[in-house]
Amino acid sequence: MIEMQDVWKQYPNGTWALNGISVRIGKGEFVYVVGPSGAGKSTFIKLMYREERPTKGHLFVNGFNIERLKDRKVPLLRRHIGVVFQDFKLLPNLTAAENVAFALEVIGTPKKYIRRRVKDALEWVGLADKADLRPAQLSGGEQQRIAVARAIVNNPQLIIADEPTGNLDPDTSWGIMKLFQRINDRGTTIVMATHNREIVNTLRKRVIAIEAGCIVRDEDKGMYGYDD
Amino acid sequence: MTIRMMGRHLREGFKNLLRNGWMTFASVSAVAITLLILGVTLVIALNAEQMSNYVQGQLEVSAFLKDDVSDAQARQITRQISAMPGVKSAEYISKEQGFQQLKQELGSQYQDILGGLSQKNTLPAKVVVKADDPRQTLAIGQRIAQLPGVEKVNDGKEVVDKLFRFLDLVRNIGLAFVVGLVITAMFLISNTIRITIFSRRREIEIMKLVGATDWFIRWPFLTEGLLIGLIGALIPFVVIVFGYRTLYERFDGSFLALAFPLISADRLAGTLAEVLFGLGLFIGLWGGIVSIRRFLRI
Repeated sequence: MIEMQDVWKQYPNGTWALNGISVRIGKGEFVYVVGPSGAGKSTFIKLMYREERPTKGHLFVNGFNIERLKDRKVPLLRRHIGVVFQDFKLLPNLTAAENVAFALEVIGTPKKYIRRRVKDALEWVGLADKADLRPAQLSGGEQQRIAVARAIVNNPQLIIADEPTGNLDPDTSWGIMKLFQRINDRGTTIVMATHNREIVNTLRKRVIAIEAGCIVRDEDKGMYGYDD
Repeated sequence: MTIRMMGRHLREGFKNLLRNGWMTFASVSAVAITLLILGVTLVIALNAEQMSNYVQGQLEVSAFLKDDVSDAQARQITRQISAMPGVKSAEYISKEQGFQQLKQELGSQYQDILGGLSQKNTLPAKVVVKADDPRQTLAIGQRIAQLPGVEKVNDGKEVVDKLFRFLDLVRNIGLAFVVGLVITAMFLISNTIRITIFSRRREIEIMKLVGATDWFIRWPFLTEGLLIGLIGALIPFVVIVFGYRTLYERFDGSFLALAFPLISADRLAGTLAEVLFGLGLFIGLWGGIVSIRRFLRI
């Protein structure tokens, strides 16, 4: 699903965020990316949906050669990737259903399919009854569920989550994690950057630890390994 | 692009217009004022052109021949003038013909005044010359004056000069205004769209994340610019066409006592529509492109 070969990333201000990363993530895997703030976690996952471009090295995501991918073709890559963020990134003027539908509308999905798929996605995250509420009328956990529904509505093969539980209390976080586990169970690859020690140590998965732009640890069913 | 997509882009563009009403108002006003001035200038210029075409038929150089030039020599000179570049026609009018013409023009009640005059020596023979381009009348007149056998040239220099200087002035002032205003209007439109882009930055971010194409994201801002241009062109178009029709009917199709024919309101509307809507859409599209390139960065 994802393959990086000696990937380096330097930002325009001169700082090196990644210093020779090589990693393979297979189809259907569930991977935590951990490490101190500023170690390069965000850059690492931003490369996957081509928010950032590698300075050098080879990078393949879902069959796309990211180095050679033209700007014009980036949307095609992203239509196979669902992204979830700490701050949900919902549109405040739209209802829950409209927020989910938005992701389909803007890629030109015919209207007749949109309704059906939005309904399915909302049912999947357990919020079918709140379809007509706006984000401000929903709790943080519910908002994140809407964001997850939006990420899966197009049936992507890969979900990338950047601190998805960062703004949520522990109980709510577990609800979201169960959702990710169910998405993973149906064969979708999940890459999640997280600081949540409890979750990593309880719902044991492959752990990739990044420090100072290098992978310092990569183990199956690993531990969080940091004190914070 | 499918019809459904076009409908969406148009709808989104329209929403953008409403979203920042005052900026939209300012942009539309700028375009409307620009095109109003352009339109009025155009109306004057088109009528001036019509007027000069009308005058063209009447502008001529009269080259008076010396008294000792024989009939054969006069015909030779006429042929020489005809061969000059820029000359449309040259007609030789002998002393006798000139006398007959004068007689006709004066009419029967003045016949007596001429009666006593000798037909031979009253008027000099002349060659009446018309230019292809009335602006060349003066230059042609000067060249004819150099010919041997030509006594004096009457080219109506002052009248011609004044007319064309006035027409050029009107056109140049109009154009200077329009160029300055077009730039102002473009700047205002791009600024309006910049504000829309800013207010929709979250939507744009999400659209990019879920895989909307760059053109899908751009179109609503282009349609916003196009709509501003379109509305900005519609207002002066309606104002000018209605105003002109009213004036045209009042003057009964001709300009004051000069009896210059005016261009009909229908013919004018066609030309006006082409120029105003063409330029309006261009200004709007350009404003949109500028802000997309600078602020959307895709």
